[in-house]
Amino acid sequence: MTRKQRRLTLIGAGIGVLGLAGALVLSALKESIVFFNSPSDVVEKRIAPGTRIRLGGLVAPGSIERSDNLAVSFRVTDGNRTITVAYRGILPDLFREGQGVVTEGALDTAGIFKADSVLAKHDETYMPKEVADALKKQGHWKDDYDKKAGAPAKGRAQ
Amino acid sequence: MIPEIGHYALVLALGLALVQAIVPLAGARLRDPALMGVGGSAAVAQFVFIGVAFAALVISYIVSDFSVANVFENSHSAMPLVYRITSVWGNHEGSMLLWVLILALFGALVACFGSNLPAALKANVLAVQSWVAAAFYLFILTTSNPFLRLADAPFEGRDLNPILQDFGLAIHPPLLYLGYVGCSISFSFAVAALIEGRIDAAWARWVRPWTLAAWIFLTLGIAMGSYWAYYELGWGGWWFWDPVENASLMPWIASTALLHSAVVMEKREALKVWSILLAILAFSLSLIGTFLVRSGVLTSVHTFASDPSRGVFILAILVLFIGGSLALYALRAPLLKQGGLFAPISREGALVFNNLFLTAACATVFVGTLYPLVLEALTGDKISVGAPFFNATFGPLFLPLLVMVPFGPLLAWKRGDLLAAAQRLLVALAAALVAIAATFAYDGQSVLAPFGMGLALFVMVGALSDIAERTMLFRVPFSIAIKRGIGLPRSSWGTAFAHFGLGVALLGIVGETQWGSERIATMKPGEKMTLEHYELTYEGTTPRAGPNFRELTAHFTVRRSGEVVGTLEPAKRTFSTRSMTTTEAALMQRGASQLYLSLGDQNPDGSIAVRLYHKPLVLLIWLGPVVMALGGALSLTDRRLRVGAPKPAKAKTAMQPAE
Repeated sequence: MTRKQRRLTLIGAGIGVLGLAGALVLSALKESIVFFNSPSDVVEKRIAPGTRIRLGGLVAPGSIERSDNLAVSFRVTDGNRTITVAYRGILPDLFREGQGVVTEGALDTAGIFKADSVLAKHDETYMPKEVADALKKQGHWKDDYDKKAGAPAKGRAQ
Repeated sequence: MIPEIGHYALVLALGLALVQAIVPLAGARLRDPALMGVGGSAAVAQFVFIGVAFAALVISYIVSDFSVANVFENSHSAMPLVYRITSVWGNHEGSMLLWVLILALFGALVACFGSNLPAALKANVLAVQSWVAAAFYLFILTTSNPFLRLADAPFEGRDLNPILQDFGLAIHPPLLYLGYVGCSISFSFAVAALIEGRIDAAWARWVRPWTLAAWIFLTLGIAMGSYWAYYELGWGGWWFWDPVENASLMPWIASTALLHSAVVMEKREALKVWSILLAILAFSLSLIGTFLVRSGVLTSVHTFASDPSRGVFILAILVLFIGGSLALYALRAPLLKQGGLFAPISREGALVFNNLFLTAACATVFVGTLYPLVLEALTGDKISVGAPFFNATFGPLFLPLLVMVPFGPLLAWKRGDLLAAAQRLLVALAAALVAIAATFAYDGQSVLAPFGMGLALFVMVGALSDIAERTMLFRVPFSIAIKRGIGLPRSSWGTAFAHFGLGVALLGIVGETQWGSERIATMKPGEKMTLEHYELTYEGTTPRAGPNFRELTAHFTVRRSGEVVGTLEPAKRTFSTRSMTTTEAALMQRGASQLYLSLGDQNPDGSIAVRLYHKPLVLLIWLGPVVMALGGALSLTDRRLRVGAPKPAKAKTAMQPAE
């Protein structure tokens, strides 16, 4: 092989692999990303049943109903709209009424959100960022959501 | 008093860093040995001062000095001593202090063991290292000072986030940081080479061992983090493609690529300019990782607290260093002497193949990690990019790499013979075919499982084939083969181990994903449940009080064909200070497989929700990286690479010309 041919092989291989990577990324972005929606978004955007989404909001107080075989249902609200979520399985440690939650799944034809995962949270003060933003958008954000109970005000620090 | 000493030492370290950032650089310009010499002493002094600052924080934690805001927010006097110490880096401020401590450590190592480096190169390297250090000292002092006091000291601390109260936290962050920050050395060398406008032989010989050391720590840190998430989060996942995990994976891929390109650079004087770029990218990705984790743009367990001013500051550091180094690269790289070209079918060609696919795979992870942030900033749409995306992009790009791994070491430099290499891999190929057939007979439904098992065996046996080939195993008497094996360069053994480990990890991944099974049920005391060949009996619960938590332990007896093989005792812990509950999963080792049991809620009628997983071969997923790291360590002891290895005994032989 001449020097020129070797260089062309190298450049060709480089472009080929990058092209492959680009094609894979584009097709995967089209098919495998999931949009986050608040209950209001679901109603406003008229999200079709069967479309995979993430639904986030606060767990409405008094809405958790457990039945046999670990089936559980609860309502997710952003203050304006509420959607009932059905899930089967073990809920994360920090799943509580009045706390933020993110679930992933799809709406069925009756308007019930069939979740196949309820996302675990890691901290009692942690509000999922998406949920916090959705609440702010709906005007139901309260400042004390993100304050740590008992944390000293920064101004008191030396 | 002690926190003030720490604070003061931190400020002094910043002052020293500024001196070290400017004086040696000027010295290198003016060819003034005295000015260049300042770098070394400043680097050591900087490490001493930052060490004092870190020690001051550790002491504040040990004695539970709650007048320090950082200690108050993240510690509790009832915590065991080991967790009081690990709490130091279980929060934002403390972990940044650990970050700069390690950065200063690497700077000091270069200063101590770089005595045979060309003086100008050493001065420039130390200066670049110190720019990074100065930027992060400023960041800590202005936005994340761990030494701030509270006006009236509270009586008790707010406790550490319970899921961080685990031995995993003692090891995972320091290992990962040694890897992340270790990349700064090759970065500093790359930028120093660009400043000088030339790459000499010393450059190539220095970069490889440092990158190797960083890579070993990164490999272990990532594996450790994965295992920690697996047993601590209670739902049996070992990799989530979480942005924070990706943030550690990207520098790992880049430094893996750099390790391979550095071989070409060392042996064949080619790919110099490309290696410089990789060195810059590897550390840039570490910085991006730090930004993603520390800025609070992502929410995950690693984001201890979010504060926009910190995000902006780190973003500025990011733009300055990545933008600056890449601009310098664009400006200076064309002036560097290009290496020779080579035939596509050769050892060099195989290593380029490796680099192409690794960088492409790294790019897909980069896109998948940052696309949601960019999209949200541009359109306000919130999306999640999860496992399906990465499986569809990273997977296909990694596959050809795995197929090629055994070929690489068997190809000759300059001009290789693919057919001859394939012939030497006949045993590996046979092993792969047997594995495929056996797997197919065992599990006729899955297509992926036989193929994955075959590929894993091919990689593993292929790695051994190289050693067998070189020692002429089975062709000469065994004792001679052993002698030949001992005589082989350690780096050949290192390669074999690292590649073998890759196959081992793949074996674990295939086993866990293809044959793993789970059952979820609610059980009352005395009830039984079966999964695979195991029968589980729920015996009841006992409450227990820990130092800073209450625990409810459930007892299960595990039987296999009627015989008791052990007990599983998962627990729920309630931490009163943070009113938070964690699940402590119970694991049972069965060869390389595990039974994994975690608890859900307890119902008023005494029944309890349980989740039982059977995870075949799961242990290999982490054993693989350990073998890989072992390979790296072997390679580091190679005579050729002793240069700069951070051990005083070896420094004597440092910087001698390669054999």
